[in-house]
Amino acid sequence: MISDIGLLAAWFALIGSVVAVLLALYGYWASDAKWITSARRAAISVWPLLTVAVLAIEYALLTDDFSLNYVASVSSREQPLLLKMTALWGGQDGSILFWAWLMATFAFVVLLRRWDQDRDLLPHVIVVTMGTLAFFIALDIFASNPFKKLDFMPVDGRGLNPLLRHPGMVIHPPLLYLGFVGFVIPYAFAMAALVTRRSDAHWIRLTRRWTLIAWLFLSLGLLLGGRWAYDVLGWGGYWAWDPVENAAFMPWLVGTAFLHSVQIQEKRGMLKIWNMVLIILTYGMVIFGTFITLSGVIDSVHAFARSAVGPAFFGFIAVTSVASVWMLLRRLDDLRSDNRLESIFSREAVFLFNNLLFMTLTFSVFVGTVFPMVSELVTGEKRTVGPPWFDRVTAPQFGLLVLLMGIAPLFAWRKQSLQRLGRSLWLPFVIALGAVVMLFVSGTRSAGALLAFWIVTFVGVTTLWEYARGVVARRRVQGESWPVAFWRLTGRNRRRYGGYLIHLGVVCMAIGIIGTEMFQQQTQGTVAVGESLELGGFEIRYNGLINRRGADDLAIVEADLTLSRNGKELRGLLPRREIYQNSGQTMTIPATRSTLTEDYYVILAGWDDAGRLATFKTYLNPLINWLWFGGLVFVVGTMVAVWPDAEAERRAMARQAFTRRQVAQAA
Amino acid sequence: MNRHRLLWIAIVALWLALSGAVFAQNTDESVTDDDVNRVARELYCPICENTPLDVCETQACEDWRLLIREKLEAGETDGEIVEYFADIYGDRARATPTTEGFSLIVWIAPILIGVFGIVIFVRMLRRWLARGAEAGPEPTLAAPPTSGDSAPADPELGDYAARVEEELRRSA
Repeated sequence: MISDIGLLAAWFALIGSVVAVLLALYGYWASDAKWITSARRAAISVWPLLTVAVLAIEYALLTDDFSLNYVASVSSREQPLLLKMTALWGGQDGSILFWAWLMATFAFVVLLRRWDQDRDLLPHVIVVTMGTLAFFIALDIFASNPFKKLDFMPVDGRGLNPLLRHPGMVIHPPLLYLGFVGFVIPYAFAMAALVTRRSDAHWIRLTRRWTLIAWLFLSLGLLLGGRWAYDVLGWGGYWAWDPVENAAFMPWLVGTAFLHSVQIQEKRGMLKIWNMVLIILTYGMVIFGTFITLSGVIDSVHAFARSAVGPAFFGFIAVTSVASVWMLLRRLDDLRSDNRLESIFSREAVFLFNNLLFMTLTFSVFVGTVFPMVSELVTGEKRTVGPPWFDRVTAPQFGLLVLLMGIAPLFAWRKQSLQRLGRSLWLPFVIALGAVVMLFVSGTRSAGALLAFWIVTFVGVTTLWEYARGVVARRRVQGESWPVAFWRLTGRNRRRYGGYLIHLGVVCMAIGIIGTEMFQQQTQGTVAVGESLELGGFEIRYNGLINRRGADDLAIVEADLTLSRNGKELRGLLPRREIYQNSGQTMTIPATRSTLTEDYYVILAGWDDAGRLATFKTYLNPLINWLWFGGLVFVVGTMVAVWPDAEAERRAMARQAFTRRQVAQAA
Repeated sequence: MNRHRLLWIAIVALWLALSGAVFAQNTDESVTDDDVNRVARELYCPICENTPLDVCETQACEDWRLLIREKLEAGETDGEIVEYFADIYGDRARATPTTEGFSLIVWIAPILIGVFGIVIFVRMLRRWLARGAEAGPEPTLAAPPTSGDSAPADPELGDYAARVEEELRRSA
């Protein structure tokens, strides 16, 4: 009964979104505001309707309504309450509905804002957001219906995939989807600006916060995904260049390029065409990423053909890409640059190079991700593209990008004096050289590692120095204490210092990545009770196996280990295998000892019946916690940059008005 | 002279000691788990989806790792074992694509796009600069109220101090 209401609500939501698109199109064509107001009303009605649909699924999940195929496939009677709720995004059908609901929420918020100033943009924003929404709702209802009923009602459901029962995995999809849908808003405004022949940066300013928030969620989703892989998947790493990982990474790469590139349009009125290209690309990557994540197309070409979801996505991406590019080509002349480049030693040129690197990176990841599928289509044989290829191809590009990240903030707009640049850079250069010498002396011989550490030290020192200079200046003028000066400086220049914090976060993350990728040690061995396994000065002594029951139909086999280093006992570790009785699926959960210098990471790989012998795989991951720490700094920095600042906004408006007056007078 | 001879003796002794270790390795038959994993890491499970052979937990993968162990004990090299798997299961068993045949494309493509990108980058810069040269210097506008967002043109602290003072004055 409730589920029938849910399906009905979904249908009405679909109708509402389609009607909104048609009304908006007609209102624009007839230049009639009444129709556009109706369109807006229709669009606003979509979110409540979809909420009803989502609530209906939640109700079915929470009441164990296994007559629904979806509920039976992602839930079971003894599943914990929280996991029953989050099973909404545990499978394809529910995920698509969830994605649509998040999209509707964002569109709802955007549509509720005051549109008096931007009446001309409204119909197009409605068309784009509602059009995207209509596609996803239609996809859900017709190809992947969570309300589909089974002919018979099973006694119990299959239960959620054990991999998804970890807290990190619970929050990971919503964060990613929020990142994906968030980018649809700037795209909608960009298309609106394009159609209405607005050639200024107005749409960029309007959507700046949306872009940053979407980017924040995407970053969080990626970070937590990596953390989850490390904590729970038990292979000692955090990123495997898996197609689904890449699917979320590519929109992030293009989104980051967009984030930087729009600053050029805001400041200097340049790169207008390129920014349009970037946002169109971001939108395409978002849909493509959602497509890969939800349909599993990359793993096998044959799954693509069988499921209806694949061709539908493909068609949608093709249609929207063609339409966007066509509109861009029609309006190309409107997007002439306002300004000129005076010197290649300028922030404009550096940002352009930054964009180049992001594009080559995105393309590299794209090639590696689709090559197996392309190879199968063309030659009939699938060729795997694994981490060694990705590492080799992307590492130099990332290195260059990080280097650029350090230098770029030192470049002034229009023209940077090389002398001044040299004066800012020579000290970090030398300090970084000193760090590298120290590393060399203490045993590091790999040229790649030394270069990488030089870069991160150089960039870290440069960024810290830029930050410190501002604080010092404030202290000098205001006589404030260090913490107060730091706080006030950051608070009054959130975009700038938020940006510096983000860059510092990236530097810390880079340190963690270099440590783990270049200096990881691992070993595997079988030991009897009382025996030890050694790795890099650490030793684990196997004390025996513990069998116990866990919540949620779990049987747990745990190994009791004692970790020592150079003879000194440090702590106990309990790596375990979790076996879900019903489905027979197992999880290998590692045990870790974490410090700032390294992680000692061990998993229970196997054991004989009596537990007399057990096989362990152990990893030593140097500097890995710098990755998570850097991620935290990164997120804090983004929040600083996003945080609304009425003061700064007022100043920005004043500056705009001033410049407009000046240009009018000069003309 | 004495020091010289001493040095030679030291070198020879060292060399002998090291050779001893090498010979010791040759006579040691046992293949460790690490050896097996080293080879398995170069391979992907031929039947699972996107799973490297050293982490795959299925029975089939266990059997394949056992096969790798047997081959290592028989004296085969890492490369030979990888080729064996690739011959039977195809290139999908390799973790890294080769540089032969169709797989060459995946190595060439990033290089091509890099070159292409640099060409576009240089052309864009040239076009921007040319437009700047032919248009002459921009009409200079009166300095707008400074914002915290523009880059410092002068690394001297005085510039920062001036800007901070300006902001404080305006917001007072």
